[in-house]
Amino acid sequence: MRLNETPVLRVKNLIVRYGDGCPACQENLDKNRCALCGAIWAANDISLDVYPGETLGIVGESGSGKTTLMRSLYFDFTPTSGVATLRDHKDGQENIWGASAAERRMIRNIHMGMVYQNPALGLRMDYSAAANIAEKILAAGGRNAGQMTGRARELLEAVEIMTSRMGETPKNFSGGMRQRVQISKALANSPALLLLDEVTTGLDLSVQARVLDLIRKIKARHGISILLVSHDLAVVRMLADRTIVMLDGKIVESGLTDQILEDPRHAYTQQLVHSLI
Amino acid sequence: MNKNYNFAFLDEGSKREIRRASLKAVAIPGYQVPFGSRELPIGRGWGTGGIQLTLSLIGPDDVLKVIDQGSDESVNAVNIKKFVGLCADVKTTTDTREATLIQTRHRIPEIPMTNDQILVLQIPIPEPLRVVEASEEATKRMHAEKDYAPIWLELYESLVKYKRIAIATEYPCMVEERHVMNPGPIPKFDNPKLHDAECLCLFGAGREKKIYAVPPHTKVVSLAFDDVPFERESFAGKRCRLCGSAHTYLDETFDALTGEKVYQCSDTSYCKEARGQCV
Ligand SMILES: Nc1ncnc2c1ncn2[C@@H]1O[C@H](COP(=O)(O)OP(=O)(O)OP(=O)(O)O)[C@@H](O)[C@H]1O
Ligand SMILES: [Mg+2]
Ligand SMILES: [Zn+2]
Repeated sequence: MRLNETPVLRVKNLIVRYGDGCPACQENLDKNRCALCGAIWAANDISLDVYPGETLGIVGESGSGKTTLMRSLYFDFTPTSGVATLRDHKDGQENIWGASAAERRMIRNIHMGMVYQNPALGLRMDYSAAANIAEKILAAGGRNAGQMTGRARELLEAVEIMTSRMGETPKNFSGGMRQRVQISKALANSPALLLLDEVTTGLDLSVQARVLDLIRKIKARHGISILLVSHDLAVVRMLADRTIVMLDGKIVESGLTDQILEDPRHAYTQQLVHSLI
Repeated sequence: MNKNYNFAFLDEGSKREIRRASLKAVAIPGYQVPFGSRELPIGRGWGTGGIQLTLSLIGPDDVLKVIDQGSDESVNAVNIKKFVGLCADVKTTTDTREATLIQTRHRIPEIPMTNDQILVLQIPIPEPLRVVEASEEATKRMHAEKDYAPIWLELYESLVKYKRIAIATEYPCMVEERHVMNPGPIPKFDNPKLHDAECLCLFGAGREKKIYAVPPHTKVVSLAFDDVPFERESFAGKRCRLCGSAHTYLDETFDALTGEKVYQCSDTSYCKEARGQCV
């Protein structure tokens, strides 16, 4: 973790609102919903920095806006307002949410990798595992089939999927294998930033342990920056250098992971930490 | 000629609209131009896009050739020729060289066409990206943004599955480095004939209401990987049983008597000419 360097990603004042909203929303929020007009503030003024080589954990209960943040960053939708800059895109000088469609595609495919909570969103279930990885390389302009296959083999080996199965579709794979294919795909172009949304949720414990172990290896080997979302504090404790706690679309606490675990300040965080013990 | 019809069946307004769409298509090679496809006394799916192009282009001095699967004599070809003959009263031919306008389904003639000829191709599905994306709105956006990764993915997946690109017809090509285009149900054997051609090629899809074009001397490159070049069908070691040609697209049939596989030119008028027969 290199906190003295330029952040890989900066997010400032991200707002994702469903519904038009009214002038009095902020004073009338019931959780993330305005009691007057019914607008939902899925992300309500989120700011954060991700530094080179660090893993930033994001915890929060269901509906707190974690996936909203991740999918905004991956351009699955354009937020209501906010600024995000990437160190590797135009020297961090331009808001990526204002980029052209072609630029967004390049940013998404070259500078980022995403692992979705739901593998059906991140993988093409009808295409082979190899093609799923190649898709990312093709999107970045790669046109050498042999090189793509070589890269797919290397990445699948790294996540311990037998390369003899690279011609099979993820439809045939178990949940843990699908997440590992997603991780391979996300790493295909060696991005500076990896977005992991509940990678281990829904997997049984031994499979979870293997995937977590894999992420730890990726961290060590690639020096990559990771934004790691989980509602499970145990996962975050294991992997995150710093942690942000979200509640109702807002950040309620942030700091070094150990600090937060030892001395939680916000009532919600205290509750989370207690449930861990 | 039946005087109850306007020359070439369509009214002049319709012809002008089709010509305008054709001109736009020529101006943006490989781009699919929408047009108001007319009703014809022929079912859609029977080449009505091609027929409308032909009817909008044909004049009294034209000489028309119509082929289907390379043959001048198939039912579809004969009927289209008859229909156009009935309402435009033009000369028809089977000779590729003599024709000024050739309408075709499934083949491009073996004899290279010249700058004073036009080739009209009948197209069932104009959208090259339809195989990877069902929504028209999405494919339009993909063309606009030149987002062709999904079609490349399809080609790559074919390599994974079959160790080669197993697409025999409608093999996608890049036109002038801008638009990916569906050359239609021609065998990929014919794709290279579109590149830097002397003649104007017009593609008409009646049911889907699209016209597109490859003007003369346009760059048309069949999609292929840097390390896996485009390959046409190979008929290595085989010859036409009738004319002996070894460089044409061959149809495979079975000899009824011996049960053996035999080959013959799919382009029947070319084959006749090669045998020194009158076409
Ligand atoms: N299309 C939508 N329309 C209205 N509200 C939405 C929409 N999408 C998400 N939301 C709301 O936004 C809020 C944040 O959802 P989000 O998926 O980001 O939560 P999360 O923290 O990822 O939860 P989980 O832990 O369950 O995955 C929720 O209240 C959700 O109901
Ligand atoms: Mg979520
Ligand atoms: Zn409100």
